[in-house]
Amino acid sequence: MSDSPDPVVQRNAGETVAQFDHHSRSLLDRTQHFLHQYPTMVPVIVLVLSLIAFGMISPNFFSAFNLSLILQQVAVVGTLAAAQSLVILTAGIDLSVGAVMVLISVIMGNLAVNFGIPVPIAIVIGLACGAGTGALNGLLVTRLKLPPFITTLGTWNIFLALNYYLSGRETIRSQTLDAEASLLKFFGTRFNLGGAVLTYGVILMIIVFAVLYYALYKTAWGRRVYAVGDDPESAALAGIQTKKVLMSVYVVAGVICGLAAWSSIGRVGSISPTSFFEANLESITAVVIGGISLFGGRGSILGPLIGALIVGVFNSGLRLAGVDVLWQLFATGWLIIFAVAIDQWIRKVSS
Amino acid sequence: MTEPLLSARNLVKRYGRVTAMDHADFDLYPGEILAVIGDNGAGKSSLIKALSGAVRPDEGEIRLDGKPISFDSPLDARKAGIETVYQTLALSPALSISDNMFMGREIVRKNFMGKFFGMLDKPAMDSFAREKLSELGLMTIQNISQPVETLSGGQRQGVAVARAAAFGSRVIILDEPTAALGVKESRRVLDLIQDVRSRGIPIVLISHNMPHVFEVADRIHIHRLGKRLCVINPKEHSMSDAVAYMTGAKVPDEVAA
Ligand SMILES: Nc1ncnc2c1ncn2[C@@H]1O[C@H](COP(=O)(O)OP(=O)(O)OP(=O)(O)O)[C@@H](O)[C@H]1O
Ligand SMILES: [Mg+2]
Repeated sequence: MSDSPDPVVQRNAGETVAQFDHHSRSLLDRTQHFLHQYPTMVPVIVLVLSLIAFGMISPNFFSAFNLSLILQQVAVVGTLAAAQSLVILTAGIDLSVGAVMVLISVIMGNLAVNFGIPVPIAIVIGLACGAGTGALNGLLVTRLKLPPFITTLGTWNIFLALNYYLSGRETIRSQTLDAEASLLKFFGTRFNLGGAVLTYGVILMIIVFAVLYYALYKTAWGRRVYAVGDDPESAALAGIQTKKVLMSVYVVAGVICGLAAWSSIGRVGSISPTSFFEANLESITAVVIGGISLFGGRGSILGPLIGALIVGVFNSGLRLAGVDVLWQLFATGWLIIFAVAIDQWIRKVSS
Repeated sequence: MTEPLLSARNLVKRYGRVTAMDHADFDLYPGEILAVIGDNGAGKSSLIKALSGAVRPDEGEIRLDGKPISFDSPLDARKAGIETVYQTLALSPALSISDNMFMGREIVRKNFMGKFFGMLDKPAMDSFAREKLSELGLMTIQNISQPVETLSGGQRQGVAVARAAAFGSRVIILDEPTAALGVKESRRVLDLIQDVRSRGIPIVLISHNMPHVFEVADRIHIHRLGKRLCVINPKEHSMSDAVAYMTGAKVPDEVAA
């Protein structure tokens, strides 16, 4: 009888330890589950933290003007990242988006300026060519069953060569465009919004993301894109025509690249065949930082928009702080590694 | 005698040096529950994959309602009313239960947004999915929009079975539908199988569980070494006979004769 309190105490102690253990593990667990459910929260948190940090370093950072400048700077790469996201959601990657964009801008400019085709028609043909480049990538991936990485590495070079051929390596100057094809510079048009100076290019980027958000979450097509990216074999067994879905993704991505091309003309002011050489990798960077998994089928389409903004905020913040440009690259590099590490960690929930 | 609803003759499928199907035959009659049993690797899944359009046989013929057919994809078979629960379940882990149930046959809203912008009718799909799952007694699932990967193995199997039962109109094929299920849940699936049969839809049930097979099957197709060895009537043979035929320890009279 005198022994009886002891087991009780021990049991209580045991329970408390167990509870504590359970509690501390579940905090990390719950974070993991939460991020698994809302993968976009990672880039959102990073964006908010970086805004706060840079705002404290440089007083000018938070001016409406500076923030709107960041939006202007990311508009082209952001739009391109929307195209890239679609392909990455299907567990692919598109190395050709940047080359397609420059090629399409050259085609639009050439048709309008050198061939005297009415500008709206030149734009429509340009967008159709964007769809064509996507269709070529899509055919190679679905019919020849080539890995998207290799396919688009190949077409990247091909589109780049076409771009040099069609442009004769000549830049179409800003004055020429103003005189003969000012509509091509439409997305560079600025307007004021309470101290912020935005361009139509920013609006285009936001519209592209909004439309994709709708298409991916509210339509059958979107659900199928996710299914094909998640597990193509299961999707096929469940009655999805995976090749058709993949094909449509590449074509839509091509059209978005065409829109980015139009937007890029407004941003730069002229049409140069050697511009945006790094746009490919910058679009992938935005997608990865935005929390879309390179393994496909996971992540929100709004992530890459935030990813593009994070890169813009870092670049602007570091520049305002008077830091050498090389540190922008340095920071972006770590952001990519951080984003992929987080993605791997989140994915462990399911296994 | 009535004609088979779904039949196959001399199906052959080779994977390199492995012959998964070696002149396999198959017959399913209207309104029956046909069990398919056989050792691991006997070629049962390969057989039903040929019937469901997931695998294209190298040789042989498949007939539906007596007419030769060739399915190029699972979609073709599904359009013909053949619904399959694959051994691998064929679910998309990151998508919700309701997304998975309606994969490939989503319901679009009846209004303007649906007609012109393809807007999905999520409330309708969710309530349908919830109803089908509760018929299977899977109401432990709280949230119909939770990703399938967060479900237990048995719950996932339940989702796949519910999907096939809800949409199958001619034939329902179940490849080991109770392998991951508990006793109570297995019972529900067996009830569901009989329920579906009473709707007049025949069922192909692949299972290693002999008591289940002998309980529900009208006929038992025994598969061995890539082909149909024989078909037995569960009322005339014992479970140990069936197992002996399956493993080759005993040769059925029909084959020996
Ligand atoms: N895609 C494939 N590639 C290569 N070999 C395969 C493939 N599918 C099946 N096989 C082979 O075909 C044979 C039959 O396999 P199948 O899956 O049809 O057997 P099963 O009777 O369903 O077995 P279990 O009871 O284990 O499910 C096996 O030897 C298997 O290794
Ligand atoms: Mg099998």
